[in-house]
Amino acid sequence: MDSMTIIAVASIIIAGITTSFGCMGPALAEGRAVATALTSLAQQPDASSTITRTLFVGLAMIESTAIYCFVVSMILIFANPFWNHAIAKATGK
Amino acid sequence: MHLTPDEMIFWQLGFIKLNATIVFTWGLMLLLAVGSKLITGRLSTGLNPSRGQIILEILVTGIEQQIKEVGLNQPKKYLGFLGTLFLFVAVASLCTLIPGYEPPTGSLSTTTALALCVFVAVPTFGIKEQGFGGYLKSYAEPTIIMLPFNIISEASRTLALAVRLFGNMMSGAMIIAILLTITPFLFPIIMTALGLLTGMVQAYIFSILAAVYIAAATHPRKPQAVLKT
Repeated sequence: MDSMTIIAVASIIIAGITTSFGCMGPALAEGRAVATALTSLAQQPDASSTITRTLFVGLAMIESTAIYCFVVSMILIFANPFWNHAIAKATGK
Repeated sequence: MHLTPDEMIFWQLGFIKLNATIVFTWGLMLLLAVGSKLITGRLSTGLNPSRGQIILEILVTGIEQQIKEVGLNQPKKYLGFLGTLFLFVAVASLCTLIPGYEPPTGSLSTTTALALCVFVAVPTFGIKEQGFGGYLKSYAEPTIIMLPFNIISEASRTLALAVRLFGNMMSGAMIIAILLTITPFLFPIIMTALGLLTGMVQAYIFSILAAVYIAAATHPRKPQAVLKT
């Protein structure tokens, strides 16, 4: 296999794996966070605004790791520098 | 398939490019400035203020209360900065209802600029509250060994702010673009609604995180005496 094929295959497979891990991990973590928040809401309903706001901030922090994985996948698929370099070399010579 | 509005160029002169990000940012600035000038030009303290004034009052008092709940005891000092952050990102996301519009926060340049504003604002407010020496000493809390970790955490917080906002906005725009080629009518409308929701949540998160960082930098070092009677 020449280098262009290797780059393409590696990018595609790793993009898929990155997205899948980026979806699984934060989903589990956010599920636990929401479950704990609901428990504490049930125990102290008058603190609901504080709990809700803290829950949203925590969810955004967890979500950001999923976003990192998504951005890396997008870079691998659409703005891949190794692929661009290989294409430039292939068409330039 | 274009990732960011940076790639839509309207006009170019040498290396100076007028791309969609800049044009939409200026449009948003114009909208916010002219809109609020029109509303606040006729303020009234009577019993029947105009509808725009009521909306603005709800917004301002809501933001003020959120800032106070985060722990900043004098919200008026920070209201300008934090309120502007929230309003800019929220209106940028809200205007996706207008056809042909791409949110400028879907470009990494805009979100990095906003994150850099927060990065500069946190030491500024910290030094204003605690003085230069007091603020620098806070980097050595709780022990001097934590000094490099505190510095690294400052930089990584800024990076996380930028990438979080960029990723959320870009993913919303991209999903709608992909779905438009698959199921043209109904599903993209649902995804636009979801994009609006995440846009509002991300605006709130951005400003609340900025408020939390400022609160961490400005809280007083010496514990204040509490009188119990």
